[in-house]
Amino acid sequence: MTRRYSALSLFKEGLAGQKGWEPAWRSPEPKKTYDAIVIGGGGHGLATAYYLAKNHGITNVALLEKGWIGGGNTGRNTTVVRSNYYYPESVAIYDLAHRLYEGLSADLNYNVMLSQRGMVFLAHSINEMEITARTVNAMQINGIDAEIFSVDDVRRVAPLLNFAPDARFPILGGGWQGRAGTARHDAVAWGYARGASRLGVDIIQNCEITDFIIEGGRCRGVHTTRGTIRADRIGMAVAGHSSVLAAKAGFRLPVNSYALQACVSEPVKPILDTVVLSPGTGVYVSQSDKGEIVIGGALDRVPSYGQRGNLPVLEGVIAGLLEMFPTFAQLKLMRQWAGIVDVVPDSSPIIGESPLPNLFINCGWGTGGFKAIPAGGTLLAHLLATGKHHDISRPFDLARFASGRLLDEAAGSGIAH
Amino acid sequence: MQLFTCPFCGPRDETEFHFGGEAGNLRPDGADVTADRWASYLYMRDNPKGATREIWVHMNCGEFFVMERDTVNHKVETSIALDSAEHA
Repeated sequence: MTRRYSALSLFKEGLAGQKGWEPAWRSPEPKKTYDAIVIGGGGHGLATAYYLAKNHGITNVALLEKGWIGGGNTGRNTTVVRSNYYYPESVAIYDLAHRLYEGLSADLNYNVMLSQRGMVFLAHSINEMEITARTVNAMQINGIDAEIFSVDDVRRVAPLLNFAPDARFPILGGGWQGRAGTARHDAVAWGYARGASRLGVDIIQNCEITDFIIEGGRCRGVHTTRGTIRADRIGMAVAGHSSVLAAKAGFRLPVNSYALQACVSEPVKPILDTVVLSPGTGVYVSQSDKGEIVIGGALDRVPSYGQRGNLPVLEGVIAGLLEMFPTFAQLKLMRQWAGIVDVVPDSSPIIGESPLPNLFINCGWGTGGFKAIPAGGTLLAHLLATGKHHDISRPFDLARFASGRLLDEAAGSGIAH
Repeated sequence: MQLFTCPFCGPRDETEFHFGGEAGNLRPDGADVTADRWASYLYMRDNPKGATREIWVHMNCGEFFVMERDTVNHKVETSIALDSAEHA
């Protein structure tokens, strides 16, 4: 069987009728006990399982997914990878993710199609230019690449933008992160799944948690739709459904679940080779490798577990897009969808041991989970393997809500919610 | 476009309303409230999947009220005017 992906193996398999490929991951029956269980087969859960095996040598691991892997927010985001945050704690965690992304295709032997095409965040007023300068300064001080863009710089990277002097949101300039870009979201899930499976992790799909096993005040396993599975270390990375699992485990989280919509146009020839974000219109946009214009915007303002999204927000996003790129009015929308995101009051993630001992959580990434997948996996794996925080995850413990030591990125980097 | 019902104005466009929080999240009373209890009041949420009971405000008229609805299919059961007994 051919295991490793390379030009040579592709050539050999081509001569052999493509019959020698082994499945990218195994689908075994669940065992009764494991050393660790990871709940959630999105990017964060799959990365956790992979790094448990790779970094810590813990390979007797079950990854439990209620549907199919990568079918939640991992398959519903706009694939942007960036690290333009404000506080040093946030920069540490998002840049860890960003740097791991840069080596991920080689690490996983799976092409995640990272394209560091750069991202421009626009400024539409003198005040926004000043805030952009503050953000860029903060990023540079924290060691992240960033620069101020003049209006001519913006015009150079995104000439289709609306530079009309009477535009509703005139463009005065902006900020630029050249290392930002996009990655193929499904490939991130599948690459981690393949890597984890090859190191011994059992990936078990269609396996929903019905309850936790709690003995002596500690979590000892889970009851699932595919039977009872025991382990003394359990991690969960289930994004918008974190509160649902927390309720089964007997605690609450500082999370509200909202729908975050995205949509794509029909595919067209290359017309936009960067990621563009406009805080004024609340819209971010890029072009996929297939040619679709990928469009994202603000949260729906109605708490929701329905993966659809509402019409007023979609209208607002499209109106903002057409203000930014009037020529896109010719495009037809092809698909629209929503993912359920876990929004936390300070717009920063929650990583740490839960109020139920032995159960560790990774949630609260809100609208920005995809870019953080390698870091979320690394840090939750570290917690599961050692029982202790990594230095980078310590500030993000759930305890910050009682101590008041919040990391307010909503104010720091102007996250829209 | 979904219609929500304001107890004062009747059915109106959803964009006129703002989510205020979960109903029944009462402010702790007294001077000796623990940090955990404060954190629970300020931050911790049930965030239920399915039937929920929430405080909403109709921004046009300023009416605060309780809306009972479903967070999965978005069906609204009732809108109830908020009297002093509900959220004292």
